Amino acid sequence: MIEARNLTYMYRSPGVAPVTALDRLNFEIRRGQSVGIMGPTGSGKSTLIQNLNGLLRPTGGSLTVDGIRIETASKKQMSVLRSRVGIVFQFPEQQLFEATVFADVAFGPRNLRLAAAEVEKRVARALEAVGLPGEQFARRSPLALSGGQKRRVAIAGVLAMQPQLLILDEPTAGLDPGGRRRFLQMVRALRQEQPGLTILMVTHRAEELAGWVDRVLVLHEGRLLMAGSEHEVFTRTDELTAIGLQPPVSAVVFNRLRQFGWELNSEALQPEEAAKLIAGCWHKRMEEKAKCCGT
Amino acid sequence: MVFTEVLAFIAVSDLHYDYRVPSGEVLPALRGIDLIIQPGEFVGVAGPNGSGKSTLARHFNALLLPAAGSVIVDGFNTLDSGQRWDIRQRVAMVFSNPDNQLVAPVAEEDVAFGPGNLGIDPEEIERRVDAALEWVNMKEHRHRLVHHLSGGQKQRIVIAGALAMLPRYLILDEPTAMLDARSRRELLDVVHRLNRERGMTVILISHYLEELMETERLVILAEGQIRWQGTPEDLFRQPETLTALDLELPPIMELAQGLRRQGIPVPNETSQVEQLVSFLLQAGEAER
Amino acid sequence: MLRDLTVGMYLPGNSRLHSLHPGAKIIATAILMLAVFLVTSMSGCLVLAAVLFGLWGLAGLSPRLLVQGFRPLLWVLLLVLPLQLFFTPGPPLAVWGPLAISSTGVEGSLWLLYRLAALVAISSLLTLTTSPVALADGLEQLLAPLAKVRFPAHEMAMVISIALRFIPLLGEEADIIGKAQKSRGAALDSGNLGQRSKAAVAFLVPMILASFRRADELALAMESRCYRGGAGRTRLRRTRIGAAEILAVLGAAAVALIAGGRW
Repeated sequence: MIEARNLTYMYRSPGVAPVTALDRLNFEIRRGQSVGIMGPTGSGKSTLIQNLNGLLRPTGGSLTVDGIRIETASKKQMSVLRSRVGIVFQFPEQQLFEATVFADVAFGPRNLRLAAAEVEKRVARALEAVGLPGEQFARRSPLALSGGQKRRVAIAGVLAMQPQLLILDEPTAGLDPGGRRRFLQMVRALRQEQPGLTILMVTHRAEELAGWVDRVLVLHEGRLLMAGSEHEVFTRTDELTAIGLQPPVSAVVFNRLRQFGWELNSEALQPEEAAKLIAGCWHKRMEEKAKCCGT
Repeated sequence: MVFTEVLAFIAVSDLHYDYRVPSGEVLPALRGIDLIIQPGEFVGVAGPNGSGKSTLARHFNALLLPAAGSVIVDGFNTLDSGQRWDIRQRVAMVFSNPDNQLVAPVAEEDVAFGPGNLGIDPEEIERRVDAALEWVNMKEHRHRLVHHLSGGQKQRIVIAGALAMLPRYLILDEPTAMLDARSRRELLDVVHRLNRERGMTVILISHYLEELMETERLVILAEGQIRWQGTPEDLFRQPETLTALDLELPPIMELAQGLRRQGIPVPNETSQVEQLVSFLLQAGEAER
Repeated sequence: MLRDLTVGMYLPGNSRLHSLHPGAKIIATAILMLAVFLVTSMSGCLVLAAVLFGLWGLAGLSPRLLVQGFRPLLWVLLLVLPLQLFFTPGPPLAVWGPLAISSTGVEGSLWLLYRLAALVAISSLLTLTTSPVALADGLEQLLAPLAKVRFPAHEMAMVISIALRFIPLLGEEADIIGKAQKSRGAALDSGNLGQRSKAAVAFLVPMILASFRRADELALAMESRCYRGGAGRTRLRRTRIGAAEILAVLGAAAVALIAGGRW
């Protein structure tokens, strides 16, 4: 789905030294994968996202998304790209502007020049996917909704374009724990309903990715620091903390215990499984102590 | 003098407040809050979005006025319009979006904004600005343009601006909501230092339980009322209350709970990674 | 581009011009601009030009900056110069069919060029040596006496200061909203008029709403910090009005009178 070879992006402003936001990134993401992207502020996450749908063009290297080479894409190809790649920006509720929820969610599909019946269908599906179904709701003004509802309408607006690649930029920013939980549930449901959908989620909370992403990419100062499964990446706790990210606590605890000779051979990132593994080791050590010192 | 000191606290009595929506509806936001904040306390206020946390905060410095009940700060009643400015000088407020609180283009000029409003002499303003910038470790950035600062730096300038008013109370409404992990930690360290070393009374509103674990007293709001009050340790001993209040345990405590369920007697107060690790290591050795 | 609009003009420095009180600089600038129009003789031109070059050097500015300052003017010149050159009545010097260049036309064009160049140089001297914040401050101090006759001098200065503070931010916001709507297929820079207007609405409404939201929050923050309007406010530092300032203003007046031939 996505192929990046030495992908580079430099910001140039007159009178200021050029800034390298992306520095020779090399990675591949297959169709249908769910990928988490992490990195401290200024690591290039936003720049990378904007390259993926053509808002920015790579200044060096190459980037191919769904078969389209971004650096050389024609206007027509860009149009196609926009319909295949959906980006939910941070605080997406700020982009709402129409008089009714329906009209706002329909904005995207209408820009794709779809027939009115198709637009209606898509809007209904999208609103259902985010948990805001019903004709009544669709007639309300998006600006009179609660913060959480506004955000869901904005997400529906992107889903209604039925993208093949869905990119979420810090989608839980500003949400309370309940809202965060509900959002992650929605993403999981989406994955199940559309197994071919490729999802990229940018977040700075490792816990949000644990348990459902296929891969994690870690960016640092424009470079790809780590790429691998969540186990491969999250267990490198010292490196993650060094660049200002917080690895999942279970990974940190595992590593610390291992430093003291605990034999924890496998990994678990979710609290319940992690607890079981630690407990198993703990009980084993208690038994061994009892044996050796004769209680 | 003694009389004034006796009156140094915030007293909220049976506070009610309603929001009026354009459609004419009336939404009750606070439905009878009774709360006393003693000088020097570090109080945390938590609750889901819409529980009334921010509404309550805005009553402390008279940005909002009670529909019923009262809010008294150091003996001044917020309903008395003549005393509003005295209240606002004592009660400094920090909101969550740093950009929407910075008024002047240059950092030190923004810190000077507050004292400037009080008509203080330029020499005294300069002294206060120096001291405030020192407290938040931003002295070397004093001449920079605010839009060149990072989120965490901006928020620290906001706090400096608050300190320059020489307040008694510092109210922070989700101050770290838009910051990354490192900035969050730096900001909270500054706030805790202010409380410990300057005796500043702090009210921290947040829905990150990790931040609230470091407070002396926790007030949990839900639907405009106080649902629970007590120390953080008390709260974490009652995980059912947490779930009932739709709050989330910080990941480290979830792990501790999981371990308890597996038969390992992890102490209830365990709230830091190192604490848990030490406990696990020691308990293993204790049998010798 | 919008991000550094306000910073682009000002170049920090240590020259005597940089440290002058901004209010004095504004007055001196106004006087010198007046001088440009008072000049009617060749010697007057030379005097003024010499003074300007001298000040430019005193401010520690490179001549290249002066040339750069003229660039925006090229468009104006391209429009106005031919009119001045070809259509001023007077004794003809050269004729091409219907177009005639008269000696008065040439003279007029030269004066036009000179005056525009001088005005650019004078205003650049001000903006390159004075930060926007200092300019707003200076303006406020000059207009402060008017507050007595109900002119909102302090409030105006606050408005200018806040505008300067937020222009870069609005630029960033415009960028994000533009990108979000473009990602939804909004035809911000393509398509027919109907599509572009729709896209414009999709851009403007969120921008306006964001601005109102921002204004609301800022007002709350300002009130929390005891802002009650401009009266009685004090500032962090005030540049003193001293000998240098008086010299600057009187000097400008002298140059105006000499160059204008009225001395």
